[in-house]
Amino acid sequence: MMNRDSLTGSRIRERRVIAGLKQADLAQQAGISASYLNLIEHNRRRIGGKLLLNIAHVLGVEPSALTEGAEAALIAALREAANDGGLGVAEVERVEEFAGRFPGWAEVLAGAHRRVLSLERTVETLSDRLTHDPQLATSMHEVLSTAAAIRSTASILADDTSISPDWQARFHANIDQDSRRLADSAKALVTYLDANPQETAHVSPQEEVDVFLEAHGHNFEGLEAGTQTVDAVLARAPQLVSVAAQHLARQVLGQIEADARAVSRAVLSEAIKHIGIDPVALAQEFGVSVARILRRLAAQPGTPRGLVVCDRAGSLVFRRPVEGFSIPRFGACCPLWPLFQVLQHPGQVLRERVQQQGRNVASFDCFAVAEPVGPAQYNAPPLVHATMLILPVNAPDHGQNAGRPVGATCRICPREACAGRREPSILSAGF
Amino acid sequence: MDKHVLLVEDEVNIIEAMRFLLTRDGWKVGTHSDGATAVSAIRDARPDLVVLDYMLPGKSGIEILTELRALPDFAGLPVLMLTARGQSRDRDLAERAGVNRFMTKPFSNAEVLNAVRDLVRA
Repeated sequence: MMNRDSLTGSRIRERRVIAGLKQADLAQQAGISASYLNLIEHNRRRIGGKLLLNIAHVLGVEPSALTEGAEAALIAALREAANDGGLGVAEVERVEEFAGRFPGWAEVLAGAHRRVLSLERTVETLSDRLTHDPQLATSMHEVLSTAAAIRSTASILADDTSISPDWQARFHANIDQDSRRLADSAKALVTYLDANPQETAHVSPQEEVDVFLEAHGHNFEGLEAGTQTVDAVLARAPQLVSVAAQHLARQVLGQIEADARAVSRAVLSEAIKHIGIDPVALAQEFGVSVARILRRLAAQPGTPRGLVVCDRAGSLVFRRPVEGFSIPRFGACCPLWPLFQVLQHPGQVLRERVQQQGRNVASFDCFAVAEPVGPAQYNAPPLVHATMLILPVNAPDHGQNAGRPVGATCRICPREACAGRREPSILSAGF
Repeated sequence: MDKHVLLVEDEVNIIEAMRFLLTRDGWKVGTHSDGATAVSAIRDARPDLVVLDYMLPGKSGIEILTELRALPDFAGLPVLMLTARGQSRDRDLAERAGVNRFMTKPFSNAEVLNAVRDLVRA
């Protein structure tokens, strides 16, 4: 197999041909002989330093486009495309040679693959939305049922001229009533879909909050430093259109403010240096709940960490995504997540490695705990929130624990023989 | 003797139109609007065919159908399901539950009449 490093010459040749330059022209402009350039282009001489910069300058490309660094992402994308396409091992091993010899085609292939992945995600999102968005489903049902009533009644009146005057009057009244209902339902549906013209895909209150948090990168320096109030943050939140979303966001921001006041990022960072990522020990160190420590660990800057919080009914009330761990935007999550296990044992801290199945299989170390929320009451079961911190694990070596297999949500999970499956996967249906 | 259709539907004006249509076609028509009590209503009425809405208050059409198919006397009862949910997975769910015919709203009167006649004749 050719080494990536050895293909710099091939890439120079490809770029020279694309630029329409003769070997002699490029050699002259780069200050070397044509025969030496010929050796370079046939990967028989290594190239680097100033000469590489000169050649890149003449060819009008970034030097990195000629070296292996620029290829790394491309090679990875091509490998992914090859794996998804079920290409044989022998072919996959030639990916670097392919990328070196045909950089343009390789970019096209990698770009097409990225586009396919993006479209698949869109399909999953829209499919989930139609299936699980109760407001949308109810609105659509209302519109179509009313249309069905009007169509059926109008057909009776049009097809049968012998209907008695009483029935005619009754059906006319029904059509009048239903047409008003249809107008109202259609208007409500359009209002719902147009709730946020810039981001029509984000229209439920929870989604508005997610978009708001993502717009801030889940980072609220003013709240962390105590120099800004929750009201001040909310005053500049164009993403929060609905009252419900503003209410949810206020709760989230209030929690961040209280967490930051109890355990600042700086002191937590210091504590991690001698304690490590040990939520139980850190909670004891600061005299706070484990859930608070999990939230603070997720909020530490510079480290990708995910966090999900659910209520006792299993509905996610907070989601901070982390790359590779898929968290469904609609509908129920995989019941195998540690998040849901701890709901049955409030106070117990669960630490477990999981491997999320799906298009990209990845491992994560999860810490989860369920704790009561709200004031104590006599003779009433406490309301509980479960919190799960999600830490990405670098690709575990063979023999290392890759983690207990879990999914994201049944609709996009390939594990057919799962006892927790609620519905068929759209992945197995041709997506 | 007139064949008996039980219409399990919660839209009042659909009930009215369907009842008129089927009665005029020679059917004896019963109606029921509550999903939660639909199975017992069907057991009591013992119709020749059920026209069942997919989305009902109390219990969905799929749940009703599943419970019905578990009863030996009603395992073969023809069921026409009417629904505003036209996605393939909804159809799949209905077929797995044992529906005989699946029709999406808004339907035409002729389609409904033909389906009802076919199902009882079969």
